[in-house]
Amino acid sequence: MKHPITLTINGHRHEVEVEPRRTLADVIREECRLTGTHVGCEHGVCGACTVIVDGDPVRACLVFAVQAEGAQIRTVEGLAQGSQLHPLQQAFMDHHALQCGFCTPGFLMLSTALLERPDPPSDAELQEALSSNLCRCTGYKNIVLAVRAASKAMHATSGAA
Amino acid sequence: MRSVAFQYHAPRSLDEALAILAEVAPEDGRIIAGGQSLVPTMAFRFVRPGHLVDINRIAGLDRLSEQPVVASVPAPDAAPGTELVIGALVRHAAFHRPVVAGPLGRLLTEVAGHIAHYPIRMRGTFCGSLAHADPASEWCLVASTLDARLVLRSVRGERIVRADDFFTGVMSTAIEPDEMLVEARITLPSAGARMGFDEFSRRRGDFALAMALVSFDLVDGRIHSPRVGVSGVEDRPCRIAQAEALLEGCVPAIDVFQAAARAAAAAVDPLEQPQLPAIYRRELVESSVRRALERAWV
Ligand SMILES: Cc1cc2nc3c(=O)[nH]c(=O)nc-3n(C[C@H](O)[C@H](O)[C@H](O)COP(=O)(O)OP(=O)(O)OC[C@H]3O[C@@H](n4cnc5c(N)ncnc54)[C@H](O)[C@@H]3O)c2cc1C
Ligand code: FES
Ligand code: FES
Repeated sequence: MKHPITLTINGHRHEVEVEPRRTLADVIREECRLTGTHVGCEHGVCGACTVIVDGDPVRACLVFAVQAEGAQIRTVEGLAQGSQLHPLQQAFMDHHALQCGFCTPGFLMLSTALLERPDPPSDAELQEALSSNLCRCTGYKNIVLAVRAASKAMHATSGAA
Repeated sequence: MRSVAFQYHAPRSLDEALAILAEVAPEDGRIIAGGQSLVPTMAFRFVRPGHLVDINRIAGLDRLSEQPVVASVPAPDAAPGTELVIGALVRHAAFHRPVVAGPLGRLLTEVAGHIAHYPIRMRGTFCGSLAHADPASEWCLVASTLDARLVLRSVRGERIVRADDFFTGVMSTAIEPDEMLVEARITLPSAGARMGFDEFSRRRGDFALAMALVSFDLVDGRIHSPRVGVSGVEDRPCRIAQAEALLEGCVPAIDVFQAAARAAAAAVDPLEQPQLPAIYRRELVESSVRRALERAWV
């Protein structure tokens, strides 16, 4: 039986009808047509599907879409403001933190949630948290560099504001 | 792969959840808490529940509190003191910072850092881990070693089960199909209690191949009431009486820890798994117990 639900993604409301067994990752991609969220392993191991739900980074393949009704969902499509890249996206470019790009949306959403935390993570915590997601081609060194650089850039701006 | 079709229920109160659970239990109706173990096992079709009762919209289940220990069945001998009460929706991430002052809060924070990865800890729950009863679950080891009391409720009433009777094997517990684990209670140790944890896994965030949790009090410089728990090795977490007996009354020292660790390695009966011969697991147990004791001591 399908359930009519409303998902709020990047501030936009999407009215969809879904079977309860559809995961949030699938519904974001196939019903809401936001294909920036990638799906790799589909059982919680790779992190490619990471999105932000009510402020927390979560594996979208381990949440059923019906569970996310009423929540504020953010995906990689919501990061850039028009042609202005988000500081994390800019840092990923500048530091060559992506190669094939398959894992990138997951890393970006994971890092966005981490850097927006009221208590920004220490270097060690950042490194530990970034081990949550798998990147099989770029390697982690540049990803960690990029996230640290973005962290500096973001906190410098918010400090100046 | 996708899970089989199921009916979804999102009750707003505990009573409503228990009523639905009672009704759907015969059709393999189950609770979904964090979903971090259930959703993957459904995707692989290892389990095919006909109904899911989602407890995430029930207010108050994420409560963490301290209360006086009430002597009750099955713990009429419960020592007076205070217990930490962990509600059904308390997530792993709640323990990223100590939830109580003293050694227990510090221990739980250390242990939480070993569970899966950051985003999984945002949703997975303490009680869900106990209900799932993976032999390599860190929280199951905590519950077993610290003799947690598990509160099970259904429309038929409430009962409290000791951790010893709760874990019955690989992914099996004393929870009846119509019951929900509503909270776990752990007695707070004395302020001076020594606690230590160690785990071995191949990569950070992977399930442990062996882990150990120890705690003891120091009375006149000697070990008193030691607890030594080991997990990830047998089908469920276990206390090692032989190691505890060796420690009782001793002045903490490396050779004492080493003897207890050897006793633990000899006492366990490791699950035979491909590429994990029992002899290797015993060696891991020995080093985990020794390291946990050293951490408790320094
Ligand atoms: C990649 C990955 C790595 C992981 N690594 C680890 C690890 O290193 N250590 C570890 O311990 N765990 C690990 N986990 C599992 C994770 O910790 C889960 O969160 C936990 O095992 C289950 O908790 P949950 O709240 O997600 O339960 P769910 O997945 O919602 O439920 C699990 C089972 O328990 C039942 N259940 C849940 N809550 C209750 C309740 N209150 N009453 C009765 N029944 C209930 C459900 O019906 C289901 O059968 C990992 C998971 C993933 C995806
Ligand atoms: S697709 Fe969700 S974690 Fe791999
Ligand atoms: S950029 Fe290719 S997997 Fe990470």
